[in-house]
Amino acid sequence: MSTKEAPQQSRLLRGVHRTLTGLHPVLESLIAALVGLLVGAILMSIWGFHPWKAYFALIQGAYGGSYEWASSLSRATPLILTALTFSICLRAGMFNIGAEGQMYMGAIAAVCITYFTLPPGLHHIVGLIFAAVVGAAWSLIPAALKLMRGVSEVISTIMFNWIARWLALYLAIYVIVDPLRPEKTLSIPLTARFPILVPRTDLSYGIFVSIGFALVIYFLLWHTATGYELRAAGLNPSAARYGGIRTKRTMFLSFILGGIAAGLAGATIVMGLPPTYAVYGGGGLPQLLNMGFDGMAVAMVGRNHPIGIIVAAVFFGGLNAGGRVMQFYGSNPVPLEMVRVVMGAIVLAMSIPELIRLFPMAKKGGQKLIQSLRRATRGTIEEESA
Amino acid sequence: MNFSDIISLLRISLHAMVPLALTAVGEIVGETAGLFNIGLEGILLMSAFAGAIGAEAGGPYVGLLVGMGVGGAMSLLFALINTYWKGTQMVTGIGINLFAMGFVAFGLIQLGAPGFHDVPRAVSLFKIRTPIGLYSPVILLALILPFVIHWFLKRTRAGLMLKAAGEMPEAADVAGINVNRIRLLAAVFGGAMAGLAGAYMSVAWLGLVTKGLSAGRGFIALACVVFSGLNPLLALLAAFIFGFFQALAEWVKTLPSKPIPGEFVSMLPYIVTLLVVSGAIGRVRFPKFLGTPYKRE
Repeated sequence: MSTKEAPQQSRLLRGVHRTLTGLHPVLESLIAALVGLLVGAILMSIWGFHPWKAYFALIQGAYGGSYEWASSLSRATPLILTALTFSICLRAGMFNIGAEGQMYMGAIAAVCITYFTLPPGLHHIVGLIFAAVVGAAWSLIPAALKLMRGVSEVISTIMFNWIARWLALYLAIYVIVDPLRPEKTLSIPLTARFPILVPRTDLSYGIFVSIGFALVIYFLLWHTATGYELRAAGLNPSAARYGGIRTKRTMFLSFILGGIAAGLAGATIVMGLPPTYAVYGGGGLPQLLNMGFDGMAVAMVGRNHPIGIIVAAVFFGGLNAGGRVMQFYGSNPVPLEMVRVVMGAIVLAMSIPELIRLFPMAKKGGQKLIQSLRRATRGTIEEESA
Repeated sequence: MNFSDIISLLRISLHAMVPLALTAVGEIVGETAGLFNIGLEGILLMSAFAGAIGAEAGGPYVGLLVGMGVGGAMSLLFALINTYWKGTQMVTGIGINLFAMGFVAFGLIQLGAPGFHDVPRAVSLFKIRTPIGLYSPVILLALILPFVIHWFLKRTRAGLMLKAAGEMPEAADVAGINVNRIRLLAAVFGGAMAGLAGAYMSVAWLGLVTKGLSAGRGFIALACVVFSGLNPLLALLAAFIFGFFQALAEWVKTLPSKPIPGEFVSMLPYIVTLLVVSGAIGRVRFPKFLGTPYKRE
């Protein structure tokens, strides 16, 4: 054995050790997801459903083929963005529960581009900019209230969600309404619709907006000085302030970035979701409803990291897409709402740090395995270090 | 607007005040001990649903008790995660809200009608007849409870222990107080009060369950707590103010002349909440260890 291999091997061992004793983030997310699915299964069997049949239908409907994958990805598109809203602010030390309202305003702003004609391409960009600006503006009010009056952002963003909901309903019903079909707003013109990516599905090029923005945020937070300041302010505000970071600025920045993400989420829904490309005022904004709240679950499971969020969004998008199949599955139709129960249980499980420690058996077993592995390799490592 | 309108407006305000006051007072006890529960919204919704089912099975009292039990149990889970298991309180609260939203919508579908469920008049709680209308006895409780809790927090040993657990858990621990158990008990009481508030909405007040029944009341109750600075009497006042604006919104909506579009009227309670909270803040001070789990060195 060469001198190079030994430290590598011990590093690998340490990795395995961390994985098995519960400090590994990916494993934690996986366990939380399993716990959530288990809670869902227990509830389903209490209500008299057959849980494994339902989950089979759900997984079939989520990842069973290219059509299913496309619809899962299409549902993941806005979730990635609303999850980013929550995560960016959490990284900066703030709880922004306002993705829901910021997304409503973004969607309404995107619909407003029907009032003028532009060549395709430019029209898309203008729509996205509209949504981003309005989303950011909507999230700036709670940020300003926090800075100037010290109002907890949790309460103010939630109040702004309700205000945004009623404002969006008002605008959708009375102002930008389609005169021929009063239950919906004007449709986005052809020049501003995102083209469909996979034929005969509802997956559009909007997914590239989501993934692109997630990558931009990743780069910004982990590879620029501004991002470093933002994360430092979130980890330890007083230390960051002593270090010369202007925490008020990073707070504002996180809310602006979060608002942009939520606004873009609204835009990807109205500009990229066939068949009508419009917001439905009648029925209370059904395509937009709860996307912001689901985004928080995605952010948690994605460990507030842009790359993790993309993976988690595909999982949750799959739950939503598969849930639609599950509710019409033959003799065992489980209502779609079960999906949200599972999401809630997953978030509850995620809130327990080092979840695996609650399973002492698993921990003990893991440690024993590590010890025996270590004993087996100790001889060679000690030989090298000596 | 004549005299009878004002009376009916105040009457509805009193009704709307009850869930806010009960939830806020329960949350004050929890926050004094150091637990910040944003899952109140979900607890209200779940207990309204459970209370309705309980009432249909065994009458109004069973309904209220089931509501309290479900609220207490959910809060117990919240407290367990955030004391012994050192969880993140915000995230737990968000999880409870998501779970409740899904569970109630799911349960309503299982009961027959998607979206809403009527509680039969026969199992609604009795009402006290007074010269100015019918009142539920729960209103009386909501008016008395803040005074009791105020006395409890200010004048009793247990109240002081509660404060120590939130203000200086380490000192409390050294003094022989079991911080985690105190927090657990406080949270269960808070959850039971929120549960009573939820069951009151479905069993005694509105007589129905919808999947959006709580309509932000849990968060408005949190705003009451923020406004009050953990003083139960001020929380009662705040609950009445917010209840009044909810009643006002409902009243304006029923006016035949429709002076303002309904959507804007519906915004009113939330806007008032924001204004009141941003006006009141600054002078209030919260326990030092609010929101952080206690870890022994």
